[in-house]
Amino acid sequence: MAEMLEVSGLSKRFGGLVAVNNVSFSVREKEILSVIGPNGAGKSTLFKLISSFLRPTSGEVRLKGERISGLAPHIAARRGVVRTFQETTIFKNMSVRDNVIIAHHLRSKANLFGFFLGTGTARADEAAFGASADEILALLGLASLANETARNLPHGHLRALGIAVGLATNPSILLLDEPFAGMNHEETMRMVALVRRLRDLGLTILLVEHDMPAVMKISDRIVVLNFGQKIAEGTPSDIQANDKVIEAYLGSEDEAIGL
Amino acid sequence: MTRNRSMKIASVAAFLAIVFIAVPAAISLSGRIDLYYTLTSVALLSIASAGVWLTFYIGRINIGQGAYALMGGYVSAILVMNHGWSFWPTIPVAGLLCAAASVLIGLPILRLRGVYFAMVTLTLTEVARLLALALPITNGAKGIVSIPLPGALSVFGLTIIPDFATLQNSRLAFYLLAVTLMVVCFAVMYRLVQSRIGKLCQSLQQNEELASSIGVNIAYLRVIAYAVSSFFGGVAGAIFAAISQSIYPSSFTVTDSVNFMLNCFLGGLGYVFGPMLGTLVLYFGWDLLFQTGRLQLLIYSGLMIVLMLVLPNGLLSLAETTRKKA
Ligand SMILES: Nc1ncnc2c1ncn2[C@@H]1O[C@H](COP(=O)(O)OP(=O)(O)OP(=O)(O)O)[C@@H](O)[C@H]1O
Ligand SMILES: [Mg+2]
Repeated sequence: MAEMLEVSGLSKRFGGLVAVNNVSFSVREKEILSVIGPNGAGKSTLFKLISSFLRPTSGEVRLKGERISGLAPHIAARRGVVRTFQETTIFKNMSVRDNVIIAHHLRSKANLFGFFLGTGTARADEAAFGASADEILALLGLASLANETARNLPHGHLRALGIAVGLATNPSILLLDEPFAGMNHEETMRMVALVRRLRDLGLTILLVEHDMPAVMKISDRIVVLNFGQKIAEGTPSDIQANDKVIEAYLGSEDEAIGL
Repeated sequence: MTRNRSMKIASVAAFLAIVFIAVPAAISLSGRIDLYYTLTSVALLSIASAGVWLTFYIGRINIGQGAYALMGGYVSAILVMNHGWSFWPTIPVAGLLCAAASVLIGLPILRLRGVYFAMVTLTLTEVARLLALALPITNGAKGIVSIPLPGALSVFGLTIIPDFATLQNSRLAFYLLAVTLMVVCFAVMYRLVQSRIGKLCQSLQQNEELASSIGVNIAYLRVIAYAVSSFFGGVAGAIFAAISQSIYPSSFTVTDSVNFMLNCFLGGLGYVFGPMLGTLVLYFGWDLLFQTGRLQLLIYSGLMIVLMLVLPNGLLSLAETTRKKA
């Protein structure tokens, strides 16, 4: 399979703290790769580096062979790397549908002036975004909530909306930071099925997650971070049998990695 | 949907009829010519306030509009007095120069948010005043005075606007000018907010990080919005200088900047026409309270506080709640 994203020798230093230390791995096209590790291991920082929200201290990130690290976040998004946030981050005072419509921004052919004048191109964009937003909402089971103000959604639906917003940008690779956090078992299973479905639709997915049973179930491959360093990489069964991983998680709960 | 549309057209027509026909008719019947000056001021201040409203719309508290109004006034006055320009082209030029200045100022300061941005813009007005005092071209504290009234505006030999000096009633002419510009300004604002640009601005207001993660060039959009805002400030200032036929460093002060912001609060930050209503109410409210003498400021401030507590979303939220009930 072709490589979608390549992370090589990536490091990020915050003063004296090395949050991400010389990490290399690659994500293949149409796979679900999970990044796991104890709290503070550097997972979110790694995501911010990949989506260009942070500039690496050293190393680089390549998307389909093109260097993307060090660009502005909106440029990285334009190239196809889009992240959802660890917290439920959405436009709270917009309707659910408007959240998804606005996220089509990258697909617009008209410029600001065209939108102001309401040119044919702008109106065509508008119609296309509306239709696509409705499709995405239906896919994520949010269709009935389309006109609800986003802030009123229950937690599970907020997460789904966060993903809908990410999808609307039409990314090559979607970065999900703890998509199952705060969900009960049933909601998690529904979300697992959904993420798989997105992958089957052709999306490449990189995710950070603490919910080990879900990670083991969903992932094609797993990368394990500890204190900023990559300590293991492999299939779920490799990782479950890996001594270093067990050690890293030891002292916390053994069942944390699904043993 | 179509009913909604015809409602809109009807209210716009009614509004235009009021400001262009009913108000002048009422004034000439009652003989209260002085009201022209008051209403002209309201129209111009609401243009400046509309600019401030737009910066609110991208999530920035702007207490610096006075600086651009002052700059616009000086640009117009200097072009007319020192360079022999006609008044009319100085309106867009004042707006554009203010917009250009605001791009240079905005690039660094629009990175700031919340109270930090507010404080920097607050000092901006004061900096503008001090510059006007210090620069040779602005003539210091003496200001620029005896600016002639606007001359005729003709295109291809056709006189569109007559020479104000030849008019019997230049107050009416200024009123019509100010109100026309106000209508244009708010039409532009309405269109901005209704179009996708409005949604983009809202996305900045609600979450800049998320906006950039979906590919919005937030730095660019912020600067554009701020430039439009300052353009309106400059235009209002230019016309003010022409009406009062003078401009001084103290023509627009921090108090004015604060008032522009209050106009937006009062009218409602969620409504495009909020700054227009806010300016009208605030301006007349202040004048009405004049009769209370020394208590004027106390009552005024008290009322403002009560209004903000009772109607945190502004006066126009009142119309919305009654409509919902109906
Ligand atoms: N902007 C920053 N400035 C300084 N230190 C930071 C910054 N961001 C993260 N860190 C530190 O870097 C380390 C890694 O943080 P990060 O958020 O990447 O961990 P994480 O693996 O996502 O943890 P969690 O599982 O709790 O989300 C932590 O020690 C954190 O305190
Ligand atoms: Mg994290």
